[in-house]
Amino acid sequence: MTAPLDVSGQELQAAPEAVLDGAQGKAIEGRSLGQIAWTRLKRDKVALTGAGVVIFLILVAIFAPLIVSWFGHPPNDFNQDLISSETLAPKDGTGISADHLFGVEPVNGRDIFSRVVYGARISLLIAFLATLLSVAIGTLLGVMAGYFGGWVDSVISKAMDVFLAFPLLVFAIALAGVVPDSAFGLSGDALRVSLLIFIIGFFNWPYIGRIMRGQTLSLREREFIDAARSLGARGPYIIFREMLPNLVAPILIYATLLIPTNILFEAALSFLGVGVRPPTATWGGMLSDAVRFYTIPHFMFFPGMAIFITVLAFNLFGDGLRDALDPRAR
Amino acid sequence: MSETPEPLLSVEGLEKHFPITKGLIKRQVGAVKAVDGLTFDVRKGETLGLVGESGCGKTTTGRLITRLLEPTGGTVRFEGHDITHMSQGALRPLRRDMQMIFQDPYSSLNPRHTVGAIVGAPFRIQGVKTEQGTKKAVQEILELVGLNPEHYNRYPHEFSGGQRQRIGIARTLALKPKLIIADEPVSALDVSIQAQVVNLLEDLQNELDLTYVVIAHDLSVVRHISDRVAVMYLGKIVEIADRKGLYERPMHPYTTALLSAVPIPDVKARGGRDRIRLQGDVPSPLNPPPACRFHTRCWKAQEVCKTVEPPLVALAPGHQVACHFPENAPAPADAAPEAAVPAAPGAATE
Repeated sequence: MTAPLDVSGQELQAAPEAVLDGAQGKAIEGRSLGQIAWTRLKRDKVALTGAGVVIFLILVAIFAPLIVSWFGHPPNDFNQDLISSETLAPKDGTGISADHLFGVEPVNGRDIFSRVVYGARISLLIAFLATLLSVAIGTLLGVMAGYFGGWVDSVISKAMDVFLAFPLLVFAIALAGVVPDSAFGLSGDALRVSLLIFIIGFFNWPYIGRIMRGQTLSLREREFIDAARSLGARGPYIIFREMLPNLVAPILIYATLLIPTNILFEAALSFLGVGVRPPTATWGGMLSDAVRFYTIPHFMFFPGMAIFITVLAFNLFGDGLRDALDPRAR
Repeated sequence: MSETPEPLLSVEGLEKHFPITKGLIKRQVGAVKAVDGLTFDVRKGETLGLVGESGCGKTTTGRLITRLLEPTGGTVRFEGHDITHMSQGALRPLRRDMQMIFQDPYSSLNPRHTVGAIVGAPFRIQGVKTEQGTKKAVQEILELVGLNPEHYNRYPHEFSGGQRQRIGIARTLALKPKLIIADEPVSALDVSIQAQVVNLLEDLQNELDLTYVVIAHDLSVVRHISDRVAVMYLGKIVEIADRKGLYERPMHPYTTALLSAVPIPDVKARGGRDRIRLQGDVPSPLNPPPACRFHTRCWKAQEVCKTVEPPLVALAPGHQVACHFPENAPAPADAAPEAAVPAAPGAATE
């Protein structure tokens, strides 16, 4: 035996690995990976701008009735006094004024600003809830496929292939077309919104499911999972306590990047007339209406810009989040 | 080291064959015989070193003993319980007494958990309540392994490799186990840190009355820490002996070759020995050579080595070798190697 080492009195202060770990550089007391990602995100001005726009849009959607009431033009009110009876266009071309910030629609003179603000509600509500549904199903099935392997993995992976091969747009148009005005105890807008959330959310889960399966497969081989097993940990403990904290970053990243895709998909469905039914304001529906009035460009411009800015903001924020949470994935 | 007659861990004929399947219906076309019939005992308080080249089945053996893998054959007995095919549920209480140290300190700690959560996990998983609470218990263990208990709330990425391995050791010690399987505990560390960790393991053994199975490929580390050493080649033990006997009088040609490959730091002393260079690669465990598995690379191999598998027999007290032509063998009247050679085919009935 060797001479006993004075272990308790020995303090190792070497931390060369901290440097290797990259941006977090100096070892600060108890900083979690989440906190490190946050400091990294704070330095990313583009992502912060995106986040600011996203938060602004969410606030607009939540407080839509309040905002609209300041201007006093409910989204479905006609303002026929602003419309020229001969051309059916707004009298001064756009109808833009301090009263109608984005002008008015041709024919019936509905306030475009109010409709864009209310459209944000539908867009964001559907995009968020559909993403939540995709992430929930995708994470659950993806982690199960990766963790249990064997026939569970085969069945789930084959299901993913089937879903990915599914002609989603055609199916969405068909399904949205045949569902009656009231079904499942819901009717009107509530039914259409639920239907869109279900269609968009349910058919998007394989994307996140595949990512989760891959991440779980690689996590499962890490020794800390073996360590937990050798301590006698059961499956649920390993999945929820050991694996899930490591999956939060990819879940957040892909959820943030899935939201703009869902916004676009919802707009496309509304544009095609199978989304939320008129007169409820949606961005896609407004674009669809505006197509007939291509000589009146502001009608198309504002809802188009709304979609563009929203999608861009989410994408910039999502990219920044990915860089912050996983700097090696650039 | 104290020796008690009843072994703490007893492994007999342990086998692990990984099936190789092909095609849609998963027809088995072969098996990787990673571990193919191991027999050894580990007595309370001793340290058994398990050495061998990469791919010889050392790590698989460790995982079979801790039941991270399901053995294909043989038995593993721990404290008299047959744990070979025990269900994970029945095994859970026994796991308190049998813990594992992992090879890679960068992968064995969950990067999302604090040190406190990692070292406290055994208490939570096993539902163990401590008198002054888990936090106090964890901090005591951290101090025991030479870490600052103030680092309780830090994350693994804030530590160096050696410190991380100490965290891993702290987790292993949390439930005061009797047996610790250390799978290459220092091979991922700098040489300077290796000595610290090896010494820490020894001190802890003296302090807490631990029994170790140390898996390593580094013969110097094994020599430093082990009381007995088992040498593995292609899933089998070729020689098992106490440290002194094995290092000073190796009997199996493979052991001799391994020992001759250990670097000697003293330049002047280097000339005084012959290095044995083994020819060729380790044969594939998918299709191991028949009889003595070492005969393809052994310079002493003869016809008998290709046809008759040498049994693991004690040629000296506490020194077992599986070879037809052992070196350095003592020459008592009837067990003389030269005399045994012609008799070996008949004696080695398999």
